[in-house]
Amino acid sequence: MSVSSSTDSPRRPLPGWSPNLHRLRGTLIHNVLPPAIIIAVLGAIWEILCSSPGAALPPPSQVISDTWELIVNPFYDYGGNDKGMGWQILASLERVAYGYLLAVVAGISLGVLVGQSTWAMRGLDPVFQVLRTVPPLAWLPISLAGFQDSTPSAIFVIFITAIWPIIINTSVGVRNIPEDYRNVARVLRLNGAEYFTRIMLPAAAPYIFSGLRIGVGLSWLAIVAAEMLIGGVGIGFFIWDAWNASMISDIVLALIYVGIVGFFLDRMVAYIGNRVTRGTAKG
Amino acid sequence: MTNRYLSIEQVDMTFHTKGGASNVLKGIDLSVARGEYISIIGHSGCGKSTLLNIIAGLTESTSGAVILDGKEVNAPGPDRSVVFQNHSLLPWLTVYENVALAVNKTCARTKSKAERHAWILKNLEMVGMSHALDKRPAEISGGMKQRVGIARALAMEPKVLLLDEPFGALDALTRAHLQEEVMRIQDELGNTVIMITHDVDEAVLLSDRIVMLTNGPSARIGEVLDIDLPRPRNRITLADDPAYNRYRQEVLRFLYEKQRKVERLAERRDNPQPTKARA
Repeated sequence: MSVSSSTDSPRRPLPGWSPNLHRLRGTLIHNVLPPAIIIAVLGAIWEILCSSPGAALPPPSQVISDTWELIVNPFYDYGGNDKGMGWQILASLERVAYGYLLAVVAGISLGVLVGQSTWAMRGLDPVFQVLRTVPPLAWLPISLAGFQDSTPSAIFVIFITAIWPIIINTSVGVRNIPEDYRNVARVLRLNGAEYFTRIMLPAAAPYIFSGLRIGVGLSWLAIVAAEMLIGGVGIGFFIWDAWNASMISDIVLALIYVGIVGFFLDRMVAYIGNRVTRGTAKG
Repeated sequence: MTNRYLSIEQVDMTFHTKGGASNVLKGIDLSVARGEYISIIGHSGCGKSTLLNIIAGLTESTSGAVILDGKEVNAPGPDRSVVFQNHSLLPWLTVYENVALAVNKTCARTKSKAERHAWILKNLEMVGMSHALDKRPAEISGGMKQRVGIARALAMEPKVLLLDEPFGALDALTRAHLQEEVMRIQDELGNTVIMITHDVDEAVLLSDRIVMLTNGPSARIGEVLDIDLPRPRNRITLADDPAYNRYRQEVLRFLYEKQRKVERLAERRDNPQPTKARA
């Protein structure tokens, strides 16, 4: 704990270190070093476990050598499905973007409705509670039947997966708007639109963003599974294709990509949420 | 009372709950003159906040009427601005924006943009908050928040200013300071004020009249005490003033002898806590 903050420590910075560099070194030591050590240890264990002849899975060294082409050249395009990892990820991200954005718009609208109107809540809440337990992939056949096309079906699966936490959190946020804020709005005689933009959205924003964050995580979970089934370009089908071709190293690389992209999606929504809801904490 | 600027006529309030009906206020009759400072005092739970909410229009009375300047009150509005006990500033807006929201809404037709800006600054200056225009409520102290709350209420140029235990959540020194500010502003603007309080000293120091409510259920106006002390008032010189002490004693006697509070734990209702959602 004595080393936790270098900025306010009475120690002088080392000669030759500007304070900024000093702080940067501190961040590196405190935030980058621990995960780096853990990853190295886990990689070593993996290497040892999978190095024996006849191991079912490749060790990390072999994964890197097998997939070196894919790692160094993420944006090649040999036509058809034979595209670099970057294109595969982008294709998946595009589907997620469409489905998720639709879910954001519809989810917040429905959440506001359910949060505002007791009647709507009584009517819709049981429906939501049942539908939200349906696993994402179970929606795929019915949406294929409905849309007769794979791309809108995948987007629909993302939409239907991401929408429930958004609806539910938004409605709770709207229902929990403190009575005081409502009273302020009533004394000022804010009209519906003013109330929505000036009071409701900012007051419910922390809840809405927690729903959005859960939603983006679920979308990314669902896209891989959906793409395995619909085929085409996309990280999900890339994994399935690699499995069919017994290229286990490609699968490992794809999983790492999926994890990192999912992590950044989550962080991105969290970052936006923090920026937007800054100051909405109780004052 | 010759000048009936605000009159509360035979107001009854009955809440219907699962446990049955509970009569909170019974036959409240009160006339307030323009520019008068009225305190409503009573034990906690007697319904004084309910009465204020009825005057504000936030709660609808079961029967009876509130008439302000010749018009019946049946909805909240900026002509009866409220200073809430817990300040109720919007935490996502700065000090300036909180007052601006009220001013831009209520004075949009009567004032130009530049006039509104000047008016916001003037009201914040009056409560001594010009130094913190761009601060958010979370960044200022409880006393400062309440000052901003007062500025917001004053900026609406209300016919009646309603104060709901405005200093209740503040420490004693801050409270005394704000009480003096309110007296000064009241001298300057001559507002009609109704203040809810449970603080005897505060009521005597600030008011022209003190309305004492009996204990609920079915709280009535028990006594009305005219405070005939010259203004401006000073709490230090008043401390030795026999008239001041006589008024104080009368209110104390009403509260602690005639209307001794008997706590009935059985009647306390449990408020369900709002639950956070996770999906």
